[in-house]
Amino acid sequence: MTAVTAGTTETTGVPGVSDAAVAAEQAAYEAVFDAAVAADERIEPRDWMPEAYRASLVRQIAQHAHSEIIGMQPEANWITRAPSLRRKAILMAKVQDEAGHGLYLYSAAETLGTSRDELLDKLHSGRQKYSSIFNYPTLTWADVGAIGWLVDGAAITNQVPLCRCSYGPYARAMVRVCKEESFHQRQGYEALLALSRGTEAQHAMAQDAVDRWWWPSLMMFGPPDDESTHTAQAMAWKIKRHSNDELRQRFVDIAVPQAEALGLTLPDPDLRWNEERGHYDFGPIDWAEFWDVLKGNGPCNDQRLSTRRQAHEDGAWVREAAAAHAEKHKHTGKHGEAQA
Amino acid sequence: MTSDGWPLWEVFVRSRRGLSHTHAGSLHAPDAEMALRNARDLYTRRSEGVSIWVVPSTEITASSPDEKDPFFEPSADKPYRHPTFYEIPEGVKHL
Amino acid sequence: MSTPDTREAAVITGAALALGDDALVLSHRLGEWAGSAPVLEEEVALANIALDLLGQARVLLSQVGDEDELAYLREERSFRNVQLVEQPNGDFAHTIARQLYFSTYQRLLYGQLASGDGPFAGLAAKAVKEVAYHQDHAEQWTLRLGDGTTESHERMRRACDALWKYTGELFQPVEGLDVDHAAMESAWLASVTDVLGRATLTVPEGPRTGAWAAGAGRQGLHTESFGRMIAEMQHLHRSHPGAAW
Repeated sequence: MTAVTAGTTETTGVPGVSDAAVAAEQAAYEAVFDAAVAADERIEPRDWMPEAYRASLVRQIAQHAHSEIIGMQPEANWITRAPSLRRKAILMAKVQDEAGHGLYLYSAAETLGTSRDELLDKLHSGRQKYSSIFNYPTLTWADVGAIGWLVDGAAITNQVPLCRCSYGPYARAMVRVCKEESFHQRQGYEALLALSRGTEAQHAMAQDAVDRWWWPSLMMFGPPDDESTHTAQAMAWKIKRHSNDELRQRFVDIAVPQAEALGLTLPDPDLRWNEERGHYDFGPIDWAEFWDVLKGNGPCNDQRLSTRRQAHEDGAWVREAAAAHAEKHKHTGKHGEAQA
Repeated sequence: MTSDGWPLWEVFVRSRRGLSHTHAGSLHAPDAEMALRNARDLYTRRSEGVSIWVVPSTEITASSPDEKDPFFEPSADKPYRHPTFYEIPEGVKHL
Repeated sequence: MSTPDTREAAVITGAALALGDDALVLSHRLGEWAGSAPVLEEEVALANIALDLLGQARVLLSQVGDEDELAYLREERSFRNVQLVEQPNGDFAHTIARQLYFSTYQRLLYGQLASGDGPFAGLAAKAVKEVAYHQDHAEQWTLRLGDGTTESHERMRRACDALWKYTGELFQPVEGLDVDHAAMESAWLASVTDVLGRATLTVPEGPRTGAWAAGAGRQGLHTESFGRMIAEMQHLHRSHPGAAW
């Protein structure tokens, strides 16, 4: 009996057990796993799972968690300059939520047997990615609104299906995240609306932000289906429920009428309703830019990562101090409600 | 599993009086007192709770998935433990 | 000639600005931590405190005017906050020392205001619960940093020393606040001495008042970094006169 979170598979190491027997056992486990996924049951941390499934989940959940905490930076950039106290409170609460969401997601990843330290280390050394969208700068206040409306809008489109993801802890984390994020998109939209209906300068600021954030937001859904390396397997495992292109189309269809209501235009001359398809057609995405930013050549890649590393390094003495204190006072722990 | 020596804690929250604590998630903290406070900040910032328990994750003993059948299946064939097992003549109340 | 009524209103305004500016400025400083806290759990904790303070500031400023006009359109000399809250974040130890000194004061102050029937009793009754948590947070961290590693002890000692000279100002009487400042000061000293002692730190020796430091913030005299702080805070709002956000 081990801790709930120690989800790694156990090696047999039992003398006298033949390889064939091990293989047969493996196949039996695999059949149980496949049947559970097929029946839309959730896989839980201590269940047997294929190593590739585990690795794929760790990769995706870690990237998601990293995106939440790196994603704090572009918005935190405006906390100290928020133009009204109401907006300032909203923005602080939103950036705080992102820290919280990062925390939920790192916790979900830890149930797969990977510590937060390991994951942070991989982020800091560039071995794990975060969403490329956060490598774009927030140049004006309107960018805060555009991020809320478009970036969070795209994220929500991606995340809602993840609430039904086959891995229990990830699905549960996403339920919590989606519930809390419902205010993120609305506040962004409301902030943009105030600008769009405000002075000429404010309207121009809003339009400029939408012009800059529209295409990167569409890239958030990832490469087109025929170029996506992970999609097919992730869908088979029900980690992912819809393809990149499907979700992207869903987002465009939702965003176009929202832009009209805002009184702002989207920077795509090819954007028009296609009666036959029942969807909006949109122009070609500049995938060269996407891959370039992903490779590290975006406007803020270095800055985002070095800010994160700096915060982690600056905090090391604090974390060590608390650990040392706990060690010294191990036996004097108290506090907490009695029992049930 | 630690974060720079900070162990992982499981958080249980009582959402309102009269209900039992349910598992909310986990977090890292250097000790129990900080774990409680971190849990308050993280898991009840939208008024989700009135009471919190924190337990070091390593202190939880869990049934193993391999024991699933012997652990849980024997109870599946004892329908007489459930009230719906019994037939009561129509019109009889308060049973 | 001012009538007794307008005189009383001015006194209430002055007191609301003193309390409101303290909360506004400290909230702003804590907001600067976003994205840079030592650990994720602490991001959430610091933001909670900042949001509590911002909420208090908004209630207080709205009580005596338009919150945004007061926050964004006053000049530096019109801010009535104590100098302690405007001090830069420094390292985490400085932030915690500032929190300890200020939240201990604020808890005593709001405790007294809540038990009275003055114009701030309502706000104080709600805020005293918030600041009790802030004080607990500061105390917990003071204990861990003071009695942690050699490095953390040294950093915490330096922070407590550096901010000590700004603590005398907290107890300068503010007209319109019906509280016993002398009693508050001795309770504050006792509380801070106790926490520092348990954190294996000693109470700093330097003066807590001085020709420049004492009460200067409440009179509108601030420290150098404050001008830069409010320049950043007010810049966008002031660039679009009359705009709604």
